Amino acid sequence: MTEHANTKSNYSRRDALRLMAIGGAAGLIAPNLLGKPAFAQNPPANPTGRVVVGLSQEPTKFNPLMPHIEVDDAVHFSLFDALFRMDPKGILQPNLAVELPSQKNGGISEDGLKWHIRLRDDVRWHDGKPFTAEDVKFTLELITNPKFQAWRTAGHSLVRDIKVVSPTELTWRMEEAFAPYLSFLAETFMVPKHILEKEADPNAAAFNQAPVGTGAFKWAQRVAGDHIELVANADYAGEGPYLERLVFKYIPDMTVLYTQFKSGDIDLVDQAYITADHYAEASTLSDRVVKLEPGASVESIYLNLEKPQFKDPAVRQALYAAIDRKAILEALYYGVHKPTETFMPQNSYYYNPNLPAQEFNLERAGQILDEAGWVPGADGIRAKDGVRLSFANSTTSGNHLREQTQQFLQQTFAEIGVEMTISNLPAAVMWGDFWLKSQFESAISGVTNVIAGDPDVSNRLHSKAIVAKGGKGSNTGQYSNPEVDALLDKGARTFDREARRAIYLRVQEIVRQDLPFLPLFASTNVFGRKQGLEGFEANSNTRVASWHAAGWHWKA
Amino acid sequence: MRGFLLNRLSQSLILLLIVSVIGFLVLNLLPGGPLAQFGLDPSMTQDDLERLKEQLGLNRPLLIQYFDWAWRLLQGDWGHSFRDGAPVLAVIGRHVPATLLLMGTSTAIAIAIGTWIGIRGATHRYSLFDYMATVGAMVALSIPTFWFGLVGIYIFSLQLGWLPAGNMYTIGDGSVLNYLHHLIMPSIVLSLVHVAIWSRYMRSATLDAIGQDFVKTARAKGLSERRVIMKHVVGNALLPMITLAGVQLPSILTGALVTETVFTWPGMGRLFLDSLGYSDYPVVMGLLMFSAILVILGNLIADIAVAIVDPRIRLG
Repeated sequence: MTEHANTKSNYSRRDALRLMAIGGAAGLIAPNLLGKPAFAQNPPANPTGRVVVGLSQEPTKFNPLMPHIEVDDAVHFSLFDALFRMDPKGILQPNLAVELPSQKNGGISEDGLKWHIRLRDDVRWHDGKPFTAEDVKFTLELITNPKFQAWRTAGHSLVRDIKVVSPTELTWRMEEAFAPYLSFLAETFMVPKHILEKEADPNAAAFNQAPVGTGAFKWAQRVAGDHIELVANADYAGEGPYLERLVFKYIPDMTVLYTQFKSGDIDLVDQAYITADHYAEASTLSDRVVKLEPGASVESIYLNLEKPQFKDPAVRQALYAAIDRKAILEALYYGVHKPTETFMPQNSYYYNPNLPAQEFNLERAGQILDEAGWVPGADGIRAKDGVRLSFANSTTSGNHLREQTQQFLQQTFAEIGVEMTISNLPAAVMWGDFWLKSQFESAISGVTNVIAGDPDVSNRLHSKAIVAKGGKGSNTGQYSNPEVDALLDKGARTFDREARRAIYLRVQEIVRQDLPFLPLFASTNVFGRKQGLEGFEANSNTRVASWHAAGWHWKA
Repeated sequence: MRGFLLNRLSQSLILLLIVSVIGFLVLNLLPGGPLAQFGLDPSMTQDDLERLKEQLGLNRPLLIQYFDWAWRLLQGDWGHSFRDGAPVLAVIGRHVPATLLLMGTSTAIAIAIGTWIGIRGATHRYSLFDYMATVGAMVALSIPTFWFGLVGIYIFSLQLGWLPAGNMYTIGDGSVLNYLHHLIMPSIVLSLVHVAIWSRYMRSATLDAIGQDFVKTARAKGLSERRVIMKHVVGNALLPMITLAGVQLPSILTGALVTETVFTWPGMGRLFLDSLGYSDYPVVMGLLMFSAILVILGNLIADIAVAIVDPRIRLG
């Protein structure tokens, strides 16, 4: 458990006392750090200073339960709390709950259907009212209220019979065992019943423009189109905050976002971070900390497996061997991104680091095709049983880096007798039915496969998730492997972290072997912040850099 | 006058109707739509998207959606933004002051300097000043404003450190001086094109007036050259400028699309680009109607102003 000592924030007094009992010295050496994380470098006693966070899109949704985009998360994480929190290692930690319910501690029944949540008793809303189990019940019920324009309902729609046992305890029943719900709850921010229950229409509530949460920062004001200002919540139940003010500044142009980081107008760059082409220059700036941090999305060539060209695994293996990833990453992407062999984000607890590494080898690629019986025709293009090894590749038109990648691939594929044509479409067309209903032949796409940091990828890889075959989900490459299906079904019902890990490591092995898509790289973000901004931690299991501003402070 | 106004009003209503129909159609026929931004979000299932579509009323036939929108508009309900849920008029209201400040300043600079350059160019025709003004105007007109903006930021903010690299003010400092400091670069950059336009118009209008008989008469009466120019030439040359001002008036409130983005200015231009990017139909439609009304008003005011200044013109 020592590795969790630096996951802070969820330390109740009880935990702190327990820690002191274990290592009493801690209490002697640093009594003022009681309940504070071990790594915090002497944060100030009272919240002081201000941090301006730069965002390339404007946060506009302040009811965290309504449909929102990444940048909104940055504000939500500071204003609100969820029952749990996903730490940078991809492990769930309690937040508003005192413990993570599990089958071991009785929080979740053996069949996974009955849940029992125990809450902290020292949490207050920003208006001073106590946070209770009634608020949790209200939040979960609001999400499935048919009149409410809710964001994600997956998991929530399985919840039945929510019962408030006491102000700090509640239970519910699940329609089916669904382990990812724990992770989903880490992205389900609690909203106050006493404010929202009075609203006739929760979609148009005044709360949505001036939110009240339990988080480390309180709402101050919004200057539309410019910035959002939060102030320290002195009564915050968790660790921090150490900053008096937290400002989210909207800067619509990526170059200007970087320029204002360089000029010092903003202290930290959040979504969509520093562009790769500025990375080299940014690293040389004085008084700035610029670091590469793994993101959650994986850029791949998606193959529509129902097309006859791609049904033969040999073709997929040969194509994969014919991709000069090193050259693409270095020549086109400024060496920022990292190669990967799997769909799982590299900072996930469930990431499999032991997969065979791809090797660029045109000779080997040609050999694989030869052995599989794909022989070059008169035009030099290979064919087998009347199927020419020729296909179109599509992506968003105007995405220069992807367009250059395509040209690069076109050349190396041609060398092994494979013809790839380029047929790009505007974003709205490309990612509409053309993508969702598997009308493409092959496509380049950056996809975040996990939801809320949970390893369950049924939505992407389960055969039930193929829309073109009447399923529901985003398995647009139409991958179908009964063994993977069975593992995914099992993983979604397994609550034990270690048991789950084994399942998803195996899924990654099989998928690496089957190659339903050809991974190009794991996207990496260029994070930048001013020197002296301490307590900052990146967490690629969330969608933003500002997932835990409560711990930030300026060096004294 | 009354007949003229009634006539104008009916024309304007038809114009607004046409603008709204075309705007609505184009918006809705574009692929994508307000929910497209969630299309690649793994969190949202197809069912979630369908549900939201229904909740937002986007699954109804286009015609019904249009009439619903138009009927509400007639009753004064401009709808609510999909993005932040606020009423459209409130959304517009939040962005107007920033644009008014920026565009008002730059237009004032443009009119003052443009008029002066135009008059001086006309009275000192083919002088070095005239040539430089002409070349300068051509350069300003042919180089995109955002380029000037980026170069300005590079030189004056990053290299010299004299001016801020955008934003309307420093967060936490709302003093007048701070606003002015931030206003300098964007307003000058924006005024460059307008100075060029104004000076060219003013120059040719002044040249027209100088050639008129009444100018000869004024000179024959023995008036000083200064008096001839200021009283007789400029007064008449300003007439066509009123029309030009009428055409430019709406832009003072509708903003500059690209410049506001480059300088991180929270005005109307950027609101329009953002709303378009998110397919925030109610706000985009609101902005379209808002600018259409301003264009109509601008022209109306110009026509009336010209009639008041020039006794030869009668409305009706």
